[in-house]
Amino acid sequence: MGLSRRPEPAAVVGGGEPWITTRLDFVVNWARANSLWPMPFGTACCAIEFMATAASRYDLARFGMERQSFSPRQADVLICAGRVPFKLAPVLRRIWQQMPQPKWCISMGACASSGGMFDNYAVVQGIDTIIPVDVYVPGCPPRPEGLLYGILLLQKKVMNERSRDKSLRNEMEPDPSSQLYIPPPVIDEISEPFGNSVHQTRSGL
Amino acid sequence: MSTSFSPVVAGSALPSDAPAPATPKAIAQRGGEPNPTAAALQQRFPSAIHRVDVVWNETTVVVAGAQLFDIVRWLHDDPSQRYDYLSDVTAVEFRDTEQPIEVVWHLRSLPYRRFLRLKVKIERGAPLDVPSVWSIYRGADWLERECFDMFGIRFTGHPDLRRLLMWEQYKEGFPLRKDFPLRGRFSRSEQLRQALAANPEARYSKEELTIAQAFEDLPDDMRRRLGTGERTGE
Repeated sequence: MGLSRRPEPAAVVGGGEPWITTRLDFVVNWARANSLWPMPFGTACCAIEFMATAASRYDLARFGMERQSFSPRQADVLICAGRVPFKLAPVLRRIWQQMPQPKWCISMGACASSGGMFDNYAVVQGIDTIIPVDVYVPGCPPRPEGLLYGILLLQKKVMNERSRDKSLRNEMEPDPSSQLYIPPPVIDEISEPFGNSVHQTRSGL
Repeated sequence: MSTSFSPVVAGSALPSDAPAPATPKAIAQRGGEPNPTAAALQQRFPSAIHRVDVVWNETTVVVAGAQLFDIVRWLHDDPSQRYDYLSDVTAVEFRDTEQPIEVVWHLRSLPYRRFLRLKVKIERGAPLDVPSVWSIYRGADWLERECFDMFGIRFTGHPDLRRLLMWEQYKEGFPLRKDFPLRGRFSRSEQLRQALAANPEARYSKEELTIAQAFEDLPDDMRRRLGTGERTGE
């Protein structure tokens, strides 16, 4: 992988254009990975760390993210920073649907990834129950270095994509007639016990 | 509906030789001098005042729910009281199931620099109805909606008593009641399904959009839907 070796100078000296050969996948992925435009979806304290990451000290722009896209139509990466209540769940999904392909998602912080300490009636237990997530960044909130590491991981993931793999860009809505579909009661059953607290029971008493 | 704005000066109704306000020190938990309003209330509404407590130097008056509206109206209008600021409306439910549910109003008189807490006790089994003070304080609108949303207290006389924090189609009950399980009544997948079934654009009532003067700018189909009173995509 990588840029092929330049031809020997002797080959281009006698006139003609200098040229290189490379794989199309590599060029496309290289361009994509180094100009990911983030769409910040900040709902809580993680958004403060995200701002710190984007500010001059940690400088997200070093990784090609100098343009914060506040419109989902022009964004590549959705960075969900903070807890997402159920009331916001359809909004988050709508924003994800409005983003054009190719698109990726970073779930920043414990609350976005799993609901965190908010194992209660109002908070979505992980945004991967609403939208697909590529990178989970742990922490409460993650330090800027953590988010940068997550972004580097995402860049690595983008670099490894194959344009021939059509399944990458497929967007599937849950289809009850599909064999892959698991009905909600079964999900609920196989995912018990839910949350991270052993002191709570289902009834709350 | 523009009315002339007259600023309320804190302490303006106090005599000119009143001591300057200072942060009190060494407050006793119980006892102390009650707010002079409490005595005035006992004189004016002798049958409606059940109890007067002073806790942390703040006066709590337990009143009868039937006369709450008259009491608040008098507190607001009477020139010797002038409680012109309603800072909170909330409710308390105790873990002891024998204890009545309390609805609490926090009133503040800026000209007299007074604070008063009114409570109405609703016995267990009685309907959770208390009068709304919306016609006295416009700011009570969202406070009472939140209290209704979280506790299920019905404020009779409120013009638009809908849920405020949870969405309007929320079916699981009232989250701050003691019999409400922390994680809600439905399973996680059912909660998520119901939440995702809602149309995020339809969270607004026609009244709210009209207030924002944005109603006329909406697309035709959305205006039609909102005009028929539809509020959700469920």
